[in-house]
Amino acid sequence: MAGETASDADIEAIRKLYGFDRPILVQYLDWLQRAIAGDLGKSYYFRTDVSSLIGERLPTTMMLGVSAITFAIVFSVPLGVAAAIRPNSIIDRVALFLSVMGQALPSFWFALMLIILLSVNLRLLPTSGSDTWLHFVMPTVVLGYYAAPAIMRLTRTGMLEVLSTDYIRTARAKGLRPSVVLFKHALRNAIIPVVSLAAVQFGFMLGGSIVVETIFALHGAGFLAWESITRNDLPTVQGLILVFSLFYIVLTFLADLLNAWLDPRIRIS
Amino acid sequence: MPITDEVKLDDESKLGSLTKKIRGHQGMIIGSVIVFAVIAIALLAPLLAPHDPYEQDLMKRLLPPFWDSRGSWEHIFGTDHLGRDYLSRLIYGARISLLIGIGAALISGLIGTIMGVMAGYFGGRVDMVVTFLITVRLSMPVVLVALAVVAIVGGSLQVVITVLGLLLWDRFAVVMRSSTLQIRSMDYVAAAQAVGCSVSRVLMTEVMPNVVNNLIVITTIEIAHAIILEAALSFLGLGVQPPLPSWGLMVSEGKDMMLFEPWLITIPGVALFLLVLAINLMGDGVRDITAPENRN
Amino acid sequence: MSDRVLDVKNLSIDIPLAEGMLHAVDGIDIHVDKGETLCIVGESGCGKSLTSLAVMDLLPKKAIRRLERLDLAGASILDYSEQQMSDIRGSKMGMIFQEPMTSLNPAFTIGNQMVETLQRHRNMNRVAARDLAKRMLEKVGITAADQRLNQYPHQLSGGLRQRVMIAMTLLCEPELIIADEPTTALDVTIQAQILLLLQELQSEFDMGLILITHDLGVVARIATRVAVMYAGQIVEQGTVKQIFDNPMHPYTRGLMRCIPVPGKTKPGEPLGSIPGMVPSLVGKFTGCRFAERCDHVTDACRQSDIELRAESGETQSYRCIIDAKEMAKVA
Repeated sequence: MAGETASDADIEAIRKLYGFDRPILVQYLDWLQRAIAGDLGKSYYFRTDVSSLIGERLPTTMMLGVSAITFAIVFSVPLGVAAAIRPNSIIDRVALFLSVMGQALPSFWFALMLIILLSVNLRLLPTSGSDTWLHFVMPTVVLGYYAAPAIMRLTRTGMLEVLSTDYIRTARAKGLRPSVVLFKHALRNAIIPVVSLAAVQFGFMLGGSIVVETIFALHGAGFLAWESITRNDLPTVQGLILVFSLFYIVLTFLADLLNAWLDPRIRIS
Repeated sequence: MPITDEVKLDDESKLGSLTKKIRGHQGMIIGSVIVFAVIAIALLAPLLAPHDPYEQDLMKRLLPPFWDSRGSWEHIFGTDHLGRDYLSRLIYGARISLLIGIGAALISGLIGTIMGVMAGYFGGRVDMVVTFLITVRLSMPVVLVALAVVAIVGGSLQVVITVLGLLLWDRFAVVMRSSTLQIRSMDYVAAAQAVGCSVSRVLMTEVMPNVVNNLIVITTIEIAHAIILEAALSFLGLGVQPPLPSWGLMVSEGKDMMLFEPWLITIPGVALFLLVLAINLMGDGVRDITAPENRN
Repeated sequence: MSDRVLDVKNLSIDIPLAEGMLHAVDGIDIHVDKGETLCIVGESGCGKSLTSLAVMDLLPKKAIRRLERLDLAGASILDYSEQQMSDIRGSKMGMIFQEPMTSLNPAFTIGNQMVETLQRHRNMNRVAARDLAKRMLEKVGITAADQRLNQYPHQLSGGLRQRVMIAMTLLCEPELIIADEPTTALDVTIQAQILLLLQELQSEFDMGLILITHDLGVVARIATRVAVMYAGQIVEQGTVKQIFDNPMHPYTRGLMRCIPVPGKTKPGEPLGSIPGMVPSLVGKFTGCRFAERCDHVTDACRQSDIELRAESGETQSYRCIIDAKEMAKVA
């Protein structure tokens, strides 16, 4: 949706954004002026620059987000393809079943259940901290699973549509091997909207990271958000809202760009 | 039925698509049953709950549910850390979830519909402003903003409903806007063709059902969305406040003891999961049933 | 008979539907020799496209194909596995479809799509394949072939795309090409060019060509032999001269009256039409399928199934129990 409007409107959007949240406009404009220059003020709690504070914590969240979206894609795309090849088969029903289940599962509860299961009962994974990659396994799954159903469904629908097109018929008539028809010809077209969706979902993961990082005590930006809110550390909270919003906007643009770039019909015109 | 060269058969025979519809119906039936059951439970809470959900009995703290050897039938789902009956809290918790879901959806539905219709109807600058606001809303990290606002204003049931209502209107706005634009374009076509009566007939038979169908689907989505968000907010301590039996809050209160008393988090979690699942199934069912028929 | 490129005997195609079994194609025989163009004519829904898909074994999964014989260049491909079929599709036999606008993958360049065929069937390296592709594009009359190879399908016009399709199908020099209404979606002027191109290429490569169409004008222009299909059966077949000069089956004769044929129709003469509709082919059907619409129908026509028959020694055959000469007297 964001892509439908003009891009300069989006820069305005950030400005207006804070006009809605706070009544004291002047204070805001002042803060904003400094924010755009890179100065986000000083944290009430930590007594350091908000910008360096966020800068310190952001990489952890980024790592988490990247691994989460990768997990979601690696899990959902093959499942969606398999479901599309054999509609109404067992794999199709399993895929749809999982997708329905996944959308209803509250993330914080899922996190706790995983902790009980994997850390306590089976002693496989650590429960908190961020020292080794093992610490990231459960958070990745908990953050990523929520994006999986949408990606799976879009892949499945896209593949179903593509597989019935004329050009796939041509590919088969040319005697190309089934794997080539599927992965080179079909997937390449079906995947275009999925890539956009993944970019947008990646943006949502920032919001999701608040809950996940807090439960698993990962010191990322999400955890910082929760800490700052509960401590009424206003400058940090404002800074985080700004940064998160920027991310959303950039990722939505990226999604549109990817969409256009991957489809030669749009790219070359 | 004449054969056609255009027999583009997908790999479902008609039989396959029919069973699919029945399966979809199945999901919808299950979902509807659960939803109505939860509504009934919420409405009849005072009659159904064996105990007062707020009544504490520190002598009876952390009793396990009836299926455990130490459990009893007096407290079917056991008690929490303050000795309050879990089943009763669960039942009253249904009220909270439903209130939040429906309340937030109503508010956001109202806001979104008004904005969308105005944008579609007036066009021009009004449309620009609304689209703008939608963009702004879409760039906001909802969880973060909701948390921040609740932190400032203070958590309570009303605050949560209001905040969520003020944040979840975007999809309503988008859909109502495009539907209104669709109707408007029909107006112009009608004017050009000077066929007054049939336009309203087309409106009623084609456009309105489509709009209503979309509205229902989005409403179910946003209700489920609101319920999950409230649960997450309450879990983080910035939603509904104790001693209210919000399911999210119950999970939060139970998490410190979850290793030895896992039922404290499994029971409310399952309840949340089932309710959201049921709502989603209903919404999916409505979409599946009405969409292909619209195409015919 | 070593000249016979395609030999199909007793092809039937059934499609299971909710309301019953659809007998889309019922026991047809077709054959094509080298250098020959067989035109399969019929209206929409008569089963001609399904026939071509059946030959390539590209029918939808639910369709049931039955054949007594399916020989390609003398070798039986009736029991070929999917693997074997995919080896000969695109190399020994090729197919050109009706919609050039949608028959090419929009995500890949023309060059990419042509080269992959050669890589698949001839194991060529990219450079050699691209070179061959370029020459083939030139052969079908596309200028600036080098640039075209780097372009995407959406950058080409419909006529150009169809030429590309033809070039792509010819890359491996197949014995047989099936063209399913290749010119229907094109402008009339382009149509003529494409047909001419097909003719030239066919004689150059000495291929068998099956051209499916509903347009008798196309048939007149390009066919060596003609098979007229109606409701899943072949109702008449013969050389193009026989069919046009002396149509025997009432349906064929009806078709001839419907369209102006250069040299036959007098100016100002009203065009005919065939009243009625194609019968439903779900479930068992006995008797002549054209009976409802035929001027010469008798009770005997509906009693039992009718075979194709030919006068002894003639190459023209038709599916009717009434003698053609008798009908000609009345008509």
